[in-house]
Amino acid sequence: MITAEELSVRLSGALLVDGVSLELRAGEVLVLVGPNGAGKSTLLAALAGDLPLAGGRALLDGVPVERWRPREAARRRAVLPQHNPVSFPFDVRSVVEMGRAPWRDTDDDDDDEIAVATALRDTGVAHLVDRAYPTLSGGEQARVALARVLAQRTPAVLLDEPTAALDVRHQELVLSLAHRHARSGGGVLVVLHDLGLAAAHADRVAVLDGGKLVAVGPPAEVCTADLLSAVYRHPVEVFPHPRTGVPVVLPVRDREEEECLP
Amino acid sequence: MTAAAMVGAPVRARGRTKVVALFAVLVTALVVVSVVSAGAGQYGLPVSDVVRAVFGQPLADPFAEGALWAVRFPRVVMSLLVGAVLGVCGALMQGTFGNPLAEPGVVGVSSGAAVGACLSIVFGWTFLGAFTTPGAAFAAGLITTFAVYALSRSSGRTGTVSMILTGVAVNAVAGAFVALLMFIGDQAAREQIVFWQLGSVAGARWAYVWVAAPLVVITAIVALVVARRLDLLALGDRQARHLGVDVERLRLVVICAVAVGVSAAVSYAGIISFVGLVVPHLVRMVVGPGHRVLVPASLLGGAVLLAAADLLARTVVTYADLPIGMVTALIGGPFFFWLLRRNRTKAGGWA
Repeated sequence: MITAEELSVRLSGALLVDGVSLELRAGEVLVLVGPNGAGKSTLLAALAGDLPLAGGRALLDGVPVERWRPREAARRRAVLPQHNPVSFPFDVRSVVEMGRAPWRDTDDDDDDEIAVATALRDTGVAHLVDRAYPTLSGGEQARVALARVLAQRTPAVLLDEPTAALDVRHQELVLSLAHRHARSGGGVLVVLHDLGLAAAHADRVAVLDGGKLVAVGPPAEVCTADLLSAVYRHPVEVFPHPRTGVPVVLPVRDREEEECLP
Repeated sequence: MTAAAMVGAPVRARGRTKVVALFAVLVTALVVVSVVSAGAGQYGLPVSDVVRAVFGQPLADPFAEGALWAVRFPRVVMSLLVGAVLGVCGALMQGTFGNPLAEPGVVGVSSGAAVGACLSIVFGWTFLGAFTTPGAAFAAGLITTFAVYALSRSSGRTGTVSMILTGVAVNAVAGAFVALLMFIGDQAAREQIVFWQLGSVAGARWAYVWVAAPLVVITAIVALVVARRLDLLALGDRQARHLGVDVERLRLVVICAVAVGVSAAVSYAGIISFVGLVVPHLVRMVVGPGHRVLVPASLLGGAVLLAAADLLARTVVTYADLPIGMVTALIGGPFFFWLLRRNRTKAGGWA
């Protein structure tokens, strides 16, 4: 659905993404992890067509993303950036309805009401429909922004840290929505910081470090203590969950080590 | 129907009622202000006479009829046109930049037009006859706006902040040019520049109206066509692009429309501050930020506001025609401040 081919991005001289090749396939949740500054968001933005490439190609359904007309691209992939401010006090319903804009005047605009209502319900913000977006809490805003992306009903979905502002329940909710979308034939690329969430919910995990792709594969293969400890420059433990067997990733929290920190 | 849709239904209906009420009020105000304004002045005429004249019936007093058609009506129409275009362009600018502080002046239209007008005044240009000063102002307004647009583009895109900052820089340079021209000019020219900058629709003639009207209509049509897409820009450029908006093209179209409309208005009426900034805010306070309502309502609201301001400017002090720009700012400023204070808490601010 979405493919990076030897993709590089240079911003004001710094090579932020360095020759990454990665493919988001239909039916999977692909999670992008890596330490701060690894180039996760930059890679996602490049795949969304937001940044000029220094090398390689970003493909959407086989065609370079910048060659799509914006409206056509918007019917194929939806993007949730990290920050989603809204400059005027639009109410929540209007914000989510904006997700239907690419489908205006098409046969699919009959689905507008259902798509919006479903997205509002799935993200648990239906009770906020008449509130002004700027008056919502950070977590509520994040879920409304996600609802807008879901209402767009595109096969491919790119989510940049959708769980950052959310509590545990809503983090799980977001990733289960991602799963549902993948099961129904879509593809979801998610940038996550929480390695536990990544290991538990990803079909495949891609690990970025210093702009390079260092590993990609199923969580069980990629989420190893050695690899993650090296990439994050902090000892990390990985062990199977006693009940489910899903890999659990935890940073080593040595009391003595903590006390050494300034 | 889903539960969510049902919860929203009564509120939506209430919203629609508000919209209908707003348009009804605006249209009524427009008619009333226009008629009263046409009748008011040193030579007062009853409303019934104005209405008769509008419907083409002869008046008992031929002098009154002549004054209405030659002086009052073109002035009222001009104030409506200028107000409408300033209001609609304010909504366009705030919408395209996703910034509640934006107004047409931000991209240099007004200051550029001022330079053009000052040039024609100081050097006594007459190549377009009575249209020379408005013509020079119009051309300079357009040129300045496109200069701001071109200067703020980098790698094929214009960032909102870079555009506004470029506008600030260009406005400063234009201000310096105006100062220089005032310095060069003789006393008569200086006086003329000062009054041009204060803004006025005095002395409007049908000839000016016929020149300005088509430009205003073009701007209004473009504004109504793009209105819906402007909503998406409130999410930010990136998000709007992801939702299928060709942000660059939309912005270019809007800036062209604003440049044409505001240059036309400013070139004739001079700098009338405040209308473009305030009218969209007033409308948003009543019916919310959706541009499909905001744009046409700002058009009507601007027209009403400026026609009312002109009425005040002509009648508040007997035998004096106050500068209309001064009236809009003097009365509108404190009023707007009061409204902001009152609404800030419940509207959740303007972010």
